[in-house]
Amino acid sequence: MVGKVASLFLFLAVVALGAAAAQAQSATGPMTVASTTSTEQSGLFGAILPRFRARTGIEVRVIAQGTGQALETARRGDADVVFVHDPASEERFVAEGFGVRRHEVMYNDFVLVGPKADPAGVRGMTDIAAALARIAARGAPFASRGDESGTHKAELRLWQAAVVDVRQTGGAWYRETGSGMGPTLNVASATNAYALTDRGTWLSFRNRGELEILLAGDRRLFNQYGVILVNPARHPHVRARQGQAFIDWLLSPEGQKAIADFRIGGEQLFFPNSKASAS
Amino acid sequence: MVSAADGSSILPLTLRGVGYGVAGRVLLDAVDLEIGPEGRTLILGANGAGKSLLLRLCHGLLQPGAGSIRWSDGPTRAGDPRHAMVFQRPILLRRSARANILHALAMIGLPAAERRYRAEETLARFGLGALAERPARVLSGGEQQRLAMARAWSLRPQVLFLDEPTAALDPAGTRAVEEMIAAFAEGGTKIVMTTHDLAQARRLADEVVFLHQGRLAERTGAAEFFDMPASTPARSFLKGELPW
Amino acid sequence: MSESNPFVAAWLLIVSGDPTLAGIVALSLRVTLSALAIALVIGLPGGAFLAMSRFPGRGLLVIGCNALMGLPPVVAGLAIYLLLSRAGPLGPLGLLFTPSAMVMAQTVLILPIVLSLSRQVVEDLWSEYEEQLRSLGCSGARAIPTLLWDGRFSLVTAVLAGFGRASAEVGAVLIVGGNIAGHTRTITTAIALETAKGELALALGLGIILLGLTLVLNGGAYLMGQYARRSAGQPW
Repeated sequence: MVGKVASLFLFLAVVALGAAAAQAQSATGPMTVASTTSTEQSGLFGAILPRFRARTGIEVRVIAQGTGQALETARRGDADVVFVHDPASEERFVAEGFGVRRHEVMYNDFVLVGPKADPAGVRGMTDIAAALARIAARGAPFASRGDESGTHKAELRLWQAAVVDVRQTGGAWYRETGSGMGPTLNVASATNAYALTDRGTWLSFRNRGELEILLAGDRRLFNQYGVILVNPARHPHVRARQGQAFIDWLLSPEGQKAIADFRIGGEQLFFPNSKASAS
Repeated sequence: MVSAADGSSILPLTLRGVGYGVAGRVLLDAVDLEIGPEGRTLILGANGAGKSLLLRLCHGLLQPGAGSIRWSDGPTRAGDPRHAMVFQRPILLRRSARANILHALAMIGLPAAERRYRAEETLARFGLGALAERPARVLSGGEQQRLAMARAWSLRPQVLFLDEPTAALDPAGTRAVEEMIAAFAEGGTKIVMTTHDLAQARRLADEVVFLHQGRLAERTGAAEFFDMPASTPARSFLKGELPW
Repeated sequence: MSESNPFVAAWLLIVSGDPTLAGIVALSLRVTLSALAIALVIGLPGGAFLAMSRFPGRGLLVIGCNALMGLPPVVAGLAIYLLLSRAGPLGPLGLLFTPSAMVMAQTVLILPIVLSLSRQVVEDLWSEYEEQLRSLGCSGARAIPTLLWDGRFSLVTAVLAGFGRASAEVGAVLIVGGNIAGHTRTITTAIALETAKGELALALGLGIILLGLTLVLNGGAYLMGQYARRSAGQPW
């Protein structure tokens, strides 16, 4: 019985999905980009992908995940291109042979947001490490992604710079949400906690409550995005032609302009800085 | 017209040393019996004598623990359309009266057109035409049993087993069912039935099979049985029931 | 959309006739109804078979189905994800992040519900019908259509329960579908996304639309059931 049902199910699945499979495997089919919640949720892809499609006819499907999960998705061969923001992980990804080459595309910056009342008194500071140290010293609530995303890793590096071991706090004031930027900001907003967020997500985030930007501009808050083609030598089904076309376009003057043109409320979110374009 | 003529007769039904027990308790023991084509056979006996059990064994709903039960051409099995059964409480499907008959006819593999014809013929034959569209489960007890009988009739069985078919019915319902039994018999269907209603047994029986505590006590022509039964258990059974 | 009243947000979404929303609703229905159809095709006869048969291990199977009714969608999603991933056994099919993958995940989620509920319904019917059906030569596989048809009013519950679980589910489709705009974004994953963006009114508005759809379908099933019950005496 178990075997019967299982094999029937498998049979149905294979038959019913065969057509989809054939389509998905064709060389001309849409390509998949594993990217971050910050880029997707800010609306960047919604703004630039139609331009790319108009130019090349290639459909791009974006899966928005944390940087860690996006790289893992690509490692398993489930994406053709990764577009993320954690240079160290990206370089390891390439070094391990999963990616062809890492290209820098653009940057934005992280900002420290917190309640208007600012219980830790960090407003006006310019040193992010000192500000975090003060939040820790006061035990003011801080909402962390806690999801191995690029933002989370950047945050952990900043805590290190502040000489605070957040692993030892036992959750009293340091709270890991284990979810994306938006949900983490929802938590911060609901509990009047501080949080580190990329500016893009913050600008498009609606449920701010009492939160506002308290600190920005420290050079260590610089947030570099990179794009990598998944290595076809490792995963032969990767749509290398489309993936490379996408990367080339992102790095081209046209793609760089498309990124610069994306604004929310008149404010530019991402700053193109591809070396290909600059040279 | 019920016809037993398609194919040769499956009778006689031969029981050899039939026994049946549940959890170490013997319910039927060493029953030897041959049921031939003539007349109506009534199986009598006190409660727990094994009457219903014997019918179910003959119909093939249960497998005997010992011995064999064979028609002229092989062992009995449930689902053989040449013998049908009607139960004390009619079991009808949750659909219309007509659909109940159509379902039974579909199960014996009749083509659709033939099914429709036979269903109408059956409903008309027993005056059930007005009930054809009614959901079977909302019919009265008497109507339900008549429908169950009609369903069996539509199958044209050579043998019909009836297990206390009127036990739950009022006198009018009982009369209607007895008339239907007569219709079966006239059509050549062999009737094998149990009842605890002695008056009914006198009205219907051509021969009597009397069971006592799981054993065949006697088998006699009806007139002889009710006048002077041969076995002691049958005598006391008839005496005990005499107020009837 | 920065409307702060979710009901107004829902209303504005509907009257705007936004093709994106229409696509999301259509995909949600397509995925959920496909999963439901597959689960019914397997689960109804499967449940009936389970109800009628006795074999070693049957009890374990019944318990397993009952327990799997509570399978966390995320776990089902993860299992399908690992199965369909390029690195997984069915990777070459290239189905991850497609609607087909979502259909598979939801089928896995609702199949135990359909199996368990139909087994229960048919078991009751079978204990009542068994002698009569066997007498009519309607046993084994032949009895399954008869029993399913006679249990049809009770089985509607199984269908609606399956639909409810599939349409309300977000964990599994998010993992195996990827919530790709215009491709695998359903109402529930869109709700998750809008919540993440802090667009709480819009998220709730989408929730209201989903609830509305569910209400319409349940209402339709109820009315059809009423009609069918009333005319249960009709030939079928």
